[in-house]
Amino acid sequence: MFYRETGQFKASYQDDQALFPIDQDRYVIFAVLFITFAVVPMLLNQYWLNAILLPFLIYSLAALGLNILTGYCGQLSLGTGGFMAVGAFSVYKLMVAFPELGFIPLVIISGFITAAVGTLFGLPSLRIKGFYLAVATLAAQFFLIWLFNKVGWFFNYNATGMITSPPMTLFGVIITGPEASPVAKYYLVAGFVAVFALLAKNIARGRIGRNWMAIRDMDIAAELIGVRPLVAKLSAFAVSSFYIGMAGALYFAVWLGSAEPTEAFDINQSFLVLFMIIIGGLGSVLGSFLGAAFLVVMPIMLKNILVDGFGTNTALAAHIEIITVGILIIGFLIVEPHGLARLWRIAKEKLRLWPFPY
Amino acid sequence: MLFFIEVALSGLMAGVMYSLVALGFVLIFKASGIFNFAQGVMALFAALTLVGLMEKFGMPVWLAIIGTIAVMIALAWLIERLMLRHLVNQEPIILFMATIGLAYVLEGMGDIMWGSDVKVLDIGIPQGAWDWLWDQGIYIEKLEMFAAATAAIMVIVLAIFFQKTRIGRALRAVADDHQAALSVGISLHTIWVVVWSVSGIVALVAGIMWGSKSGVQFSLSLIALKALPVLILGGFTSVPGAIIGGMIIGVGEKLAEVYFGPMVGGAIENWFAYMLALAFLLFRPQGLFGEKIIERV
Amino acid sequence: MSERNLGEVILAVDNISLSFGVMKVLDDISFDIRRGEIRSIIGPNGAGKSSMLNVINGFYHPQQGSITFKGETRKQMAPHRAASHGIARTFQNIALFKGMSTLDNIMTGRNLKMKTNLFWQALHIGPARAEELENREAAEKVIDFLDIQAIRKKPVGKLPYGLQKRVELGRALAAEPDLLLLDEPMAGMNSEEKEDMCRFILDVNSEFGTTIALIEHDMGVVMDLSDRVLVLDYGKQLADGEPDEVRANQAVIDAYLGVPHEEG
Repeated sequence: MFYRETGQFKASYQDDQALFPIDQDRYVIFAVLFITFAVVPMLLNQYWLNAILLPFLIYSLAALGLNILTGYCGQLSLGTGGFMAVGAFSVYKLMVAFPELGFIPLVIISGFITAAVGTLFGLPSLRIKGFYLAVATLAAQFFLIWLFNKVGWFFNYNATGMITSPPMTLFGVIITGPEASPVAKYYLVAGFVAVFALLAKNIARGRIGRNWMAIRDMDIAAELIGVRPLVAKLSAFAVSSFYIGMAGALYFAVWLGSAEPTEAFDINQSFLVLFMIIIGGLGSVLGSFLGAAFLVVMPIMLKNILVDGFGTNTALAAHIEIITVGILIIGFLIVEPHGLARLWRIAKEKLRLWPFPY
Repeated sequence: MLFFIEVALSGLMAGVMYSLVALGFVLIFKASGIFNFAQGVMALFAALTLVGLMEKFGMPVWLAIIGTIAVMIALAWLIERLMLRHLVNQEPIILFMATIGLAYVLEGMGDIMWGSDVKVLDIGIPQGAWDWLWDQGIYIEKLEMFAAATAAIMVIVLAIFFQKTRIGRALRAVADDHQAALSVGISLHTIWVVVWSVSGIVALVAGIMWGSKSGVQFSLSLIALKALPVLILGGFTSVPGAIIGGMIIGVGEKLAEVYFGPMVGGAIENWFAYMLALAFLLFRPQGLFGEKIIERV
Repeated sequence: MSERNLGEVILAVDNISLSFGVMKVLDDISFDIRRGEIRSIIGPNGAGKSSMLNVINGFYHPQQGSITFKGETRKQMAPHRAASHGIARTFQNIALFKGMSTLDNIMTGRNLKMKTNLFWQALHIGPARAEELENREAAEKVIDFLDIQAIRKKPVGKLPYGLQKRVELGRALAAEPDLLLLDEPMAGMNSEEKEDMCRFILDVNSEFGTTIALIEHDMGVVMDLSDRVLVLDYGKQLADGEPDEVRANQAVIDAYLGVPHEEG
């Protein structure tokens, strides 16, 4: 009853195509934005930031990227970890070589570099489909990690092979490195994610997004309406890698501070982000956020319940966590293959009638 | 020259090991169209169970093997009941992702049930160099020959199974068309339990071979990922393809590592197989023996 | 029917032969279509009708022969080229994008009319926004024409068969094609739906001047709608002419009544 749209008539196509045509949705979004930018920073502490908020935001960005490729365009990719590594190492080299350019431009440039790499590895998608394509992306994943481990130029020849983020400032505030202020980090990443989520949503509902979905749903028919499969698929790879690269850059520079390729960006990372978009909802911007939230928060909750609550030892808790993730994946795929986003939409449908179930 | 032969032979042997894992994939794919990402973990799980039965319960080898086979059959039944049954009409990608979930579950369960430290698996397979060859200057392990022989036998048995028996025919029908198979009275559920059981047994054999060679440990499950390039080369639906694909990958990898590795700092094995598969895909997307997919509009 | 003002030849099919391996699907087929015409292709199942459309469309590449469309002769072309030259089509088995709504599906038909690049699309202001609105209007015209306003936002996968076929027609129309290929547009419809579809086809032809090539099994429809009819059987051309001529043709009658004949 609270969620009805009666009385909200649109007088122009412009109004109908607004991002949030239903008033109630608009209020919710404003509330979310308000909480994100005005309320949370007040309550912030180091633990919350590092354990939950930063990973949630950064993984949301990565999930957005993967969703563009796999959810909207239907091209399965297992190379997310590798592409995040490209973003991370790009931003590292750039920060060391051109710190004067400013952190945000450097992150964006890293995104473009990753987009180029992603497009290259996306070329096989012309001939290959489905999980054959997944093999190509696996090749990318393993090759890139090997590359960043072996070739000294990438980690400036230091002995450990690790890269460490030098301190950078934004508007006079330190945002990377050990001295950085939590609030500053938060605003930086939250701002980034908000802006790029909006851009992603715009692309997805326009011509390019529709063409991606056409390729996903029936690529033969897509050719019929003049979509060139090559252009569509490569553009999906490019935009997707752009997002994933930026996520990788932020992951390393703002969250971790230092990283080593195998640990931070290996195949498990690829699976993690894939699970996020499955659970969250393929082909949905909201779903990317929901999935990221779920898979960041759930292990922490589980650990707290098991270790602090029941006193299970950490190794066992880790195993249980793995089993739980597996069960959840299977469960979601059985019950709602379209993920939390679909469940959310169904809930909204029910809300239109509540409290009258009929 | 001798060295080359040794490397090549060693590659062949490694390839046979890959083939063993790939075989399990092919079986399941042929019968249910599912790419079972959990195959590698199943091999690990089987090997863990075998060792666990022998160590914790003190069973003799032959009993432990039977016990493990029973466990794998029970596992297949559970998988069908709890997972496959509910995913019947979903697209391949959803099924694939479900098997990734399954892999995680099995991995966690294996760790909890039998512990996650490296185990030694010794069921009496001859170890050490094959003397006759060693005298000629070539080092090949007896174990690897044994694995090759086992693989050959398994392929023959499976081939007979598929071609000659009633169940084998039913399996091929199901692989072709679920609906049609149902309409002639073939029970999908039984077939799937059968297939996953057979696959589980194949996984056990693979697990035994790999486990005897390098101990039973987590990295065994990563072999699943390596099986992908094998399947690409051999074709997802071909049993001989899995063998030949495995051998090509095995030899290719070893040769690349030995001859090109030193030039670029080594560890090429991490990605070479995938690049090889990728190159292959570009020219022949259906693999050496796979069926060409014709899309009808 | 013979009073209609038909233009010059828009599509000429010359000696097209198509085989899949040893199976000969089309054997030396030649015919033409005039601008503004409604041309039917009929024949028993397996005669090669859909394959003929697939060749015109660019999905199948013939081993021999050529196609001349709007003056340009080609042996084969890629489907998206055919689309950009003004050929649109529907399918026997409905090739809609099941993951999208009716409106979105029809908007995809406008794809070739939209040009703004990624950058403007992301910002969704200025040229991108104007373009989207402009094409939305065009899509809505098609929606009005086909009377499917009520299902605009529904995901097409959930629609009943008859409506799906209508949406598919809408997608093809949205592209404002010169030549519209319809593959059994009335298959599986009841008589009411068939009447509606007939009306739409005639309206498309008379209002927009679109040339139509139509595969259909319902003889009543074919004889009523068509200017000319092409008859195929086992990949061979049996007859080609006005409906009355074709109806009286002995070879056609034999093929349809199943008089046994030797394999050709």
